[in-house]
Amino acid sequence: MGEIKPLAIVLFLVIVGLMLGISFYTARRARSASGYYAAGGRIHWGVNGIAFAGDYLSAASFLGICGMIATAGYDGFLYSIGYLAGWVVALFVVAEPMRRLGRYTFTDALDAKFNKRGLKLMAALATLIVSIFYLIPQMVGAGVLIEPLLGLPYWAGVVLVGAIVITIVATAGMTSTTYVQFIKGALLIVFTLVITVALCVRGLSTTPDQGGRVPFYEYKTITATQTAEGIEPQDPSYKAVDQYDLKVKDKVTTFVKLEKDGIATWWKADIKDGTITLHETQEVVIKADGTKWINGAPASKDNKLRLTGNLSKIAGEEDVKTGALNPFRFLALIGDPDSTVNLWKKAGFTHAGESVTIYYEHPVPGDTVTRPGQMFKLEGSALDRIDFFSLMLALFFGTAALPHILIRYYTVPSQRAARKSTVVAIAAIGFFYILTLFLGLGAMVNATVNPADNNMSAPLLAQSFGTFLFAMISAIAFATVLGTVSGLIIAASGAVAHDLMDRFGGLIKNERQKVIAGRVAAFSVGGVAILLGIAFHGVNVSFLVGLAFAVAASANLPCILMMLFWKRTTSKGMIASIIVGIVVSVGIILLSPTAWELYGLVPADAPIPFKNPGIFSIPVSFITIILVSLLTKPDMVDEHKLPSSPKSVPAPAPASE
Amino acid sequence: MLHEPANVVTGVDEAAAYKRRLGLWMLAVYSVLYLVFIIINVSVPKTMGVMVVAGLNLAIIYGFALIAIAFILAIIYNWLCTRHEKSFETEGKA
Repeated sequence: MGEIKPLAIVLFLVIVGLMLGISFYTARRARSASGYYAAGGRIHWGVNGIAFAGDYLSAASFLGICGMIATAGYDGFLYSIGYLAGWVVALFVVAEPMRRLGRYTFTDALDAKFNKRGLKLMAALATLIVSIFYLIPQMVGAGVLIEPLLGLPYWAGVVLVGAIVITIVATAGMTSTTYVQFIKGALLIVFTLVITVALCVRGLSTTPDQGGRVPFYEYKTITATQTAEGIEPQDPSYKAVDQYDLKVKDKVTTFVKLEKDGIATWWKADIKDGTITLHETQEVVIKADGTKWINGAPASKDNKLRLTGNLSKIAGEEDVKTGALNPFRFLALIGDPDSTVNLWKKAGFTHAGESVTIYYEHPVPGDTVTRPGQMFKLEGSALDRIDFFSLMLALFFGTAALPHILIRYYTVPSQRAARKSTVVAIAAIGFFYILTLFLGLGAMVNATVNPADNNMSAPLLAQSFGTFLFAMISAIAFATVLGTVSGLIIAASGAVAHDLMDRFGGLIKNERQKVIAGRVAAFSVGGVAILLGIAFHGVNVSFLVGLAFAVAASANLPCILMMLFWKRTTSKGMIASIIVGIVVSVGIILLSPTAWELYGLVPADAPIPFKNPGIFSIPVSFITIILVSLLTKPDMVDEHKLPSSPKSVPAPAPASE
Repeated sequence: MLHEPANVVTGVDEAAAYKRRLGLWMLAVYSVLYLVFIIINVSVPKTMGVMVVAGLNLAIIYGFALIAIAFILAIIYNWLCTRHEKSFETEGKA
């Protein structure tokens, strides 16, 4: 990642200062419950639309998707498509009814048609569960990001983010959260566009040198012969000192340890038509005494893994620099069948008391990175295909059921404003997601991917254009975490203070108490998020985000849709559906191969072979709501008794102090 | 205690039924496009690599189209809904 840049620290402090300044400035607007939980319902639809983007485009979207595209190509872009498609459900089905029926939280909308305590409790718990699952990866992302940015340890990054977000939320609630998200969303889209333009102006090269900043590293290849003792290099300056055959399923990959000038490194052997070729790799070795070695020397500030990824052929030509390209030509040349992209693969084994992780080049034709297949095995078994279908289903149905997204419908004055702000959100988010393909593929071919951690691909790509863009993108990435975490904490604090303490428990006696309860809840939820963020250090963030989407799609969305479109829906049916949705989706994930890997077990031994529960948990939740509703007494309030208006609706008046 | 009704909106949304129908139709159109995209991916994945135009394959064209169509449908939906709401407002004034 390089040394800590003073400019990055300055920009980081400016952005944090700006966000805290907004919070203190807008604090006076958060004295009423409406002001605290829904920004008084007075936010302009345009601002709300961009704030939607700031709320939704989390660290997983920005860092995760760009990183995934950088290492797996188009497969990462499928997440962009799925995440955006979910907004169509939000606009066409959910936006206006949610605005009409609710006041501060998702639970309000269900409550408006039933007014049952059990439903209030379950809907609030579902909000809390989804929010907490979504909070964890954001906090993990914050800790990972702060290490290279400010040089602070992981835990300090998590605590810092937690403290800033609690301050933002506790001072001015939804008002400050909205403006923080608006600024972050706007900055993210503008600077992503700037990098995309810079990428196209730079064009493509078979020897990317980051604009002359980092010399291109050419990995060596030497021929070898098979002897009775093993593989021997033909170059006499190298000497084979060890060999390891790594068996994964039916495939054997051979690694040979070569020594030159007293430095021993692992090389990958390719055996084709009787000819053996050894390819230089990168390696991380943990010695028996616990010391970490990288590429044959002790790890240090100056000895880190080299950044990777390049095109070795562009449309069949070697040693090419294209110069500036239009965006379509940029994509077409990377995806040309005669282009060759050097991706990097990882292999790990324990040998002679050492833990060895090897990263090696994996050249593939360009057209394989611009279509699905590098990560999702769509030409594989039926199981793989069902899993993919399940993921795309959860992304489609999950967005419109995320609590921190749903509460943003209450910050605008009318149904019409809710609809318009969703249109703005679709435009902003869709545009950003199109740009993720350029950023991801750009990182892939510009030698800006850390082979050990692809999450920093976007900031590292920005760094290849100079310190300012790196500093700006890093600061925006940090703001990305702040914006999304703020939204999640206010959603969770609403579930605790408004849904549980007031509407379920009847413990709140006036507006002032409700605001105080919300602030205390924000402190508590923020504290829990900090602890969970530290506890989940190193856990795959995409896994946790997927969990949140699956739970939201399984527990919340069936209730919203059935309540809106089936008059026979009952409160008991909805309660049962929420419980079943949570249990089935969380249960499948906890018994999946991904979870087995997290437990340190063999993924193939997991009792459930699927990684994504949506294809089972969503239909089961729908079936549950239908069956239980048919078996119980109708209790939905008549639609005509719920007045509504397309016109401007006066926001609730501030409480008297 | 603040056990007031959860909803705060007053008045009647005359256009609600129209907007609901329109929303469902548009959701159906988009769902079909999205479903076809997934079906092509899982049933004939190699088709996604077929070059369509300007050196861009079906995967990129279809992916970009799904994002662009979402925006276009959103604009059309908002325009039709607003027009319908305004017609009721005009009738109300008359």
